[in-house]
Amino acid sequence: MAKIENNKSEGLLGWVDERFPLSSFIKNHLTEYYAPKNFNFWYFFGALALFVFVMQILTGIFLTMHYKPDAEEAFASVEYIMRDVSFGWLIRYMHSTGSSLFFVVIYLHMFRSLMYGSYKKPRELLWLFGVLIFLLLMAEAFFGYLLPWGQMSYWGAQVIVNLFATIPFIGPDLAEWVRGDYLVSDATLNRFFAFHVIALPLALAGLIFGHLIALHEVGSNNPDGVDIKQVKDKKTGIPLDAIPFHPYYTVKDLIGLTVFLIVFTSIIFFAPEMGGYFLEHNNFVPANPLVTPDHIAPVWYFTPFYSILRAVPPIMGSQFPGVAAMGLSVMILFLVPWLDKSPVRSIRYKGKLFKKWLTAFVVSFLVLGYLGTEPSYVWGQFSSALPIIGGGDIATFAARIFTIIYFLFFILMPIYSKKDVTKKVPNRVTMP
Amino acid sequence: MKNLILIIICFCFLAPTYAADQVKLLSAPVDLNDKSSLQRGARNFINYCLNCHSASYMRYNQLKLIGLSEETIKKDLLFTADKIGDPMDIAMQNENAKVWFGAAPPNLSVTARSRGADWIYSYLRGFYRDSSREMGWNNTVYQNSAMPHILWELQGEQFYDKTSNSLILQKKGLLNPEQYDQFIGDITNFMVFVSEPNQQKRKQIGYYVLAFLLLLLVLVINLKKEYWKNIK
Amino acid sequence: MAKKSKKIDLNRRKFLLTATSLTGAVGVSAMGVPFVSSMLPSEKAKAAGAAVEFKVNAVNPGEIKTTEWRGQPVWILNRSEDMLKTLSKNDANLADPNLKVTSQQPSYCQNETRSIKSNVLVVVGICTHLGCSPSPKLAAKGDMGSEWKGGFFCPCHGSKFDLSGRVFKGSAAPTNLVVPPHKYVDNDTIIIGEDQEEKV
Repeated sequence: MAKIENNKSEGLLGWVDERFPLSSFIKNHLTEYYAPKNFNFWYFFGALALFVFVMQILTGIFLTMHYKPDAEEAFASVEYIMRDVSFGWLIRYMHSTGSSLFFVVIYLHMFRSLMYGSYKKPRELLWLFGVLIFLLLMAEAFFGYLLPWGQMSYWGAQVIVNLFATIPFIGPDLAEWVRGDYLVSDATLNRFFAFHVIALPLALAGLIFGHLIALHEVGSNNPDGVDIKQVKDKKTGIPLDAIPFHPYYTVKDLIGLTVFLIVFTSIIFFAPEMGGYFLEHNNFVPANPLVTPDHIAPVWYFTPFYSILRAVPPIMGSQFPGVAAMGLSVMILFLVPWLDKSPVRSIRYKGKLFKKWLTAFVVSFLVLGYLGTEPSYVWGQFSSALPIIGGGDIATFAARIFTIIYFLFFILMPIYSKKDVTKKVPNRVTMP
Repeated sequence: MKNLILIIICFCFLAPTYAADQVKLLSAPVDLNDKSSLQRGARNFINYCLNCHSASYMRYNQLKLIGLSEETIKKDLLFTADKIGDPMDIAMQNENAKVWFGAAPPNLSVTARSRGADWIYSYLRGFYRDSSREMGWNNTVYQNSAMPHILWELQGEQFYDKTSNSLILQKKGLLNPEQYDQFIGDITNFMVFVSEPNQQKRKQIGYYVLAFLLLLLVLVINLKKEYWKNIK
Repeated sequence: MAKKSKKIDLNRRKFLLTATSLTGAVGVSAMGVPFVSSMLPSEKAKAAGAAVEFKVNAVNPGEIKTTEWRGQPVWILNRSEDMLKTLSKNDANLADPNLKVTSQQPSYCQNETRSIKSNVLVVVGICTHLGCSPSPKLAAKGDMGSEWKGGFFCPCHGSKFDLSGRVFKGSAAPTNLVVPPHKYVDNDTIIIGEDQEEKV
């Protein structure tokens, strides 16, 4: 290979580079992709989410080799994987634990963005990709949850599909179309399987790719919300507060990954059911269309939204307002970049007002999440002597209040983010 | 902010009143390291439960995990199948069972995971005479259960005393109460094993994996420090 | 930036990098084990492919019966005196009359009749060419021509085998039919799929 420029590689890499931009890809996205040097642990979760996604795909492929998407055989085939397939139990637990931890990681990743204003200009599209990924991930989890064909799988799917039936006019037909039957049945299982193993993973992979492209186009935000491109080295043009992603963040992410793996494997090997939150007890009973379990609740990662659904009372006999509120509670995330009018990005330089609202939002989210796992009588009833609320479920009342706080966090954001007294953002980042 | 926390704390104090009407479950003596209990449980289970209930996700040869030899399994336990690799099935058809008992006896392979060990143990101790029921038996843990008291000859006959809300042994059985508790304890223990035969192996592997990851953690922490020591 | 930079210790860096990479590689390969082994035959497949029992006395001299082992047809041929006599006459026309390809039969069947008891041939009824099941043509002559002394004929590509399952020269099949592991538990009963401990 002739040496035309000295930075051209030789040998096999040179051969490849003439046909495929391998070296320049590695440069652009790893060795010469410059990231702010002040990332803290909150910046682990993006890489971790990618890792869990890959693990889910990998374990999913191997589960598909043994699983049977057939109402007669599905439940037994899961037990077949757990017992008869060599190390099938491990692969299945990796997948089931992975799905819960995927949401843990994603929720923390999203909270990071809210804290540091990572959705603000110029990262609006990056945020939109993210919310879309979150939406599809919820669909992916929902479809996957039917596959073990246990009681919770079955009735969970039944309830969620019936939410569509509450949509005025087209609802009932829509629900029937989604199920492919008059109730959740073999036909439903088969199509959910198709969505779960091919349609949504494919779409997710594409969106994750878009998310990363958008990230590398605009560059990472940081805990200070400082725009590092403002202060550059005069000679090299590299931001002074930036370091190459590789090796610095690859070695740092390894720590995050290892700590994550310790948590991940502790659950897999010592508490795969996680006390009934990751694998629910009733899901060890095969699906029975004739008997509904006493208490059905979705898996923990859906419960905040489920609580919002339950909190909204039916209006004029229609459940649709609750369904609409639940849909809205996710959709409203799309608007966040335009709701936040604050002149600063990071919580470090925002005022008390924003901090209070963010705390209230997080508390609402957690309380709603908890209430969604419990029956509505969990906190008992108000004394019937009380006016208006007398005799009502305390938990339902609480869920209503927290639902309102949840929405107010977004709706009032243009007001309080403008009114908030912010601090001055420094020119340079501060190291942790 | 502070108000919010106060509200939450108040709600927490209002906490659970709903669990009170449920029956308090006894604590089952589960110990998967107790091979002799598991082996006794296997015998009891196969002799008493496996006539009506199947455990068809379980294969006989997996009983080797609780220290039984292939010969013992073949000679003493293989009643419902011909081959040691066969599942623990039963001959009874679900349709027939529905006619005989009013409900098909459930497959017991994963019952310990759906109901829990304490429930099974309490259930097996909770049978009492009830002439209003078709089979003549009722249960404190599972009201109006379709299952008759299969072990009544061993336990004897209990009666439910409404005033004290307790069960009183009126007719003695072949076993005294301690022996009976051990008998059903062994069955429960075995059912916990059956619900996930690989669970002991799972935990063993877990320790190695964690030890390995801790070693890796030490390495990557040092590696990161080495690379980052100039970054200020 | 980097005013009093500590010296970069290249050796330490290299050591840590190597140690981490090696440990990581061990971890990744260990993780491969469950995935690879999950593709092996499961307990269900093993149970279905477990050894099968067969009553040899149910086959009269000169008759053949088929049983199933690991989903494959296994023939049990009770060769009559006359049939046994024909075996040596074919030698000149056979591809491997002296059983040089030892993988086609267990050591205890590495003999003239390819069997434990001389009359009872146990053989997997799958052609060694491409896996069709040959048809027994036990009678001499007939539609197989005047030279035919009895054996098996594969309809797919015309491979021929003698009454010991040995392949004739010029057949598409490269090797003799496979004798599966089997053993006698008593005079009349064989177990196919388990090895005979020693030569009887």
